[in-house]
Amino acid sequence: MTIVFDTLAKIGFFFALIMGLVVVLIWMERKGAAFIQDRTGPNRASIAGVRLAGLVHPVADVFKLLFKEDVTPANRHQALYNLAPWLVMTVALSTYAVIPFGDFITVAGRRVPLVVADLNVGLLYVLAIASLATYGVVMAGWASNNKFTFLGGIRATSQMISYEISMGLALMGLVLVFSSLRLTDIVAGQGDLIWGFVPKWGVVVQPLGFILFIVAVFAETNRNPFDLPEGESEIVAGFHLEYSSMKFALFFMAEYAHMVVGASLITTFYFGGYQIPWLPREMIEANAGLILTLKLVGVAIASLLIAMLFFRRVQKEKGKFGDARDREPVLGAGLWVLVAAAALVGLVFKPWAIGPVGAEMVASLFQIMAFVAKVVFFAWLFIWVRWTLPRFRYDQLMRLGWKVWLPLGLANLVVTAVVMAIV
Amino acid sequence: MSFEGLPKGSGDTKRSFLESLYLPEVLRGLAVTARHLVHNILHTDEMPTMQYPEEKRVYGERFRGRHRLMKREDGTPRCVACQMCSTYCPADCIEIVGAEHQDPKIEKYPLTFDIDLLRCVYCGLCEEACPCDAIRLDTGIYEIAADSREKFIVGKDFLLNNETDGTL
Repeated sequence: MTIVFDTLAKIGFFFALIMGLVVVLIWMERKGAAFIQDRTGPNRASIAGVRLAGLVHPVADVFKLLFKEDVTPANRHQALYNLAPWLVMTVALSTYAVIPFGDFITVAGRRVPLVVADLNVGLLYVLAIASLATYGVVMAGWASNNKFTFLGGIRATSQMISYEISMGLALMGLVLVFSSLRLTDIVAGQGDLIWGFVPKWGVVVQPLGFILFIVAVFAETNRNPFDLPEGESEIVAGFHLEYSSMKFALFFMAEYAHMVVGASLITTFYFGGYQIPWLPREMIEANAGLILTLKLVGVAIASLLIAMLFFRRVQKEKGKFGDARDREPVLGAGLWVLVAAAALVGLVFKPWAIGPVGAEMVASLFQIMAFVAKVVFFAWLFIWVRWTLPRFRYDQLMRLGWKVWLPLGLANLVVTAVVMAIV
Repeated sequence: MSFEGLPKGSGDTKRSFLESLYLPEVLRGLAVTARHLVHNILHTDEMPTMQYPEEKRVYGERFRGRHRLMKREDGTPRCVACQMCSTYCPADCIEIVGAEHQDPKIEKYPLTFDIDLLRCVYCGLCEEACPCDAIRLDTGIYEIAADSREKFIVGKDFLLNNETDGTL
C-alpha cells in the first residue's frame, strides 16, 4: 500500500513539475523571444493592475482557449481526430516514468527511491515511448482530412525515422560506457570523477554522442530548427492546422511537455541527472549544515542584487507612466527583498547545527533542485536555439540525418566499443 | 574523418571547413542572441518598443487623419456641393447630394455629405480639389474603430462636429 502511495506522490511531483514548467516555458518563450529581438514582449494581461512581467498571459490563454468555439473539419475521422491530441500529451507525460530525479529520500524511516519505475530496460522504454509521439502527430495529420495537415504528418514520420536511429546509436555509446540500460545506474555512474577532478558526465565521456543526441532530441520534439511538421511558412500550421480551442491547447502544451522531457533526457543521459559535480551525496550529508547556511546566504545576496536592479528602475522611472505601471518596479523590488528576508530568517533556525535526519533530507532536496535547475537550463536552450536558428529545408534535414548523423553515430559507437574493450 | 557528406546548402556558396561543420556557427549565433537578451534584461528602459495605448506616436502637422468639414462664420458648411472632391476621389468614397441654397449669393449647399471611411485611402486629393477649403484631413485622428460597416459611413453632421476620438 505504501508503494502505491509513494508512486502516486512521485507521479504527482512529475505532473506538477511538467505542468508548472509548461506555464513557465511559455512565458520564457515569449519573453525570451521578445528580448532577443529587442522587444518588450507580452505585458498586457494583468490581475488587478499587476502584470507580473507577462506571467499572467498563460493563464489568460487558458481561459480564452477554454471558452473558444471548437471548430472541426466536416470530413474528419472522428475517433482519430479526437484521440490524437490526447495521445501526444499522454506520450509526453509517460516518458517521465523512468527518469530519476533524485537518489532517494527518507520519509518516515522508509527509503523511497526518487524514480517512478526503476525499469532495468529504462533506456529502451524511453526510446520506445519517444517514437510513439509521432503516432499522435500522424493521426492528427491524417484524421483532419486536409492536405497541409497530412503533409505535416508525413514530415513528422520521415523525420522521426531519420533521427530515431542516430538517437539510438548515440545512446548505445552511453550504454557501453556505463554498461547498463537502467537509468538510475547511468545517473549513478555519472557521479564518479575521472582522474579525480573531471566529473564523469555523459557529455565528457561521449562528447560526439551528446551532440548527436541533442540534435536528435530537437528533431524528436519538433522544435526549431527541425520543426518541419509545423512549417508555417510552407504548410500553414502543419499537423495541428485543423485543431482549435482546447484540442489545440493540448497540442501546444504537449510541445512544451516534450521540451521538458527532452531536457530531462539530456540532463539524465549527458549531464549527470541529479548529480552535483564535485559534491557527492555523502559529502552533502556530512556538511549539510555548512552547505545549507551557505545556500541561504547565497540566496539572500542574489535576491538583494536582483532587488537592487529593480530599485535602479524605481529611481529611473519615477512617475514615468503616471498609472499602475509605476508601482511595478517597487513591487518587484519588494518581492525580492522579501525572498532575501525569508532566506535570512531561515538562518535564525541554526541551519549549521542540522541533525543527521535533516542532513539526509537536505541532500535529497539539493539533488532534486540540481535536477530541476539542469532541466530548466536545457529547456531554455530549446527556446534559445529556436530564436537563433532558421528552419532547415526539408532535403537538408534528410541529408543531415542519413548522410551525416547516421555514419557519425556508427563511428561513435565503434570507437567507443574499441576504447571500452581496451580500457 | 571525412566531412564531404555534409549538406551543401543551396550549393553556390563556398563554405570554409569550420563553417561547414555548422556547430561553431550555431554557437556564434547563440552568442549573438544571448548578448541581445542580457542587454535587454539589464536595460529594459532602452527598449524601442512604444507602449501604444498609453504612449502615442507624434505625427507631423501635415499628417492626413480623419476628414472634417469646415464651417462658415454662421455655422453652416462651407461646402457648395460642387462635386469636385467626389469626382476627384480615387477611392470613390464621397457621396454628396446638393440642394439649392436660400442665400442667392451661394449657389448650392450639401443636403447630405457621406464619406465611407473604409473605402477612403486618405490620399488628401479631396482637400486639394476643393475650391473653397471646405474639407480638410487635419484632425490628426488615425484610430478609427466601429463594430459594424455601416457605422464607418459618416454623414454631414458628424464631419462638421469632428472633435471625438477614434470611436464612431
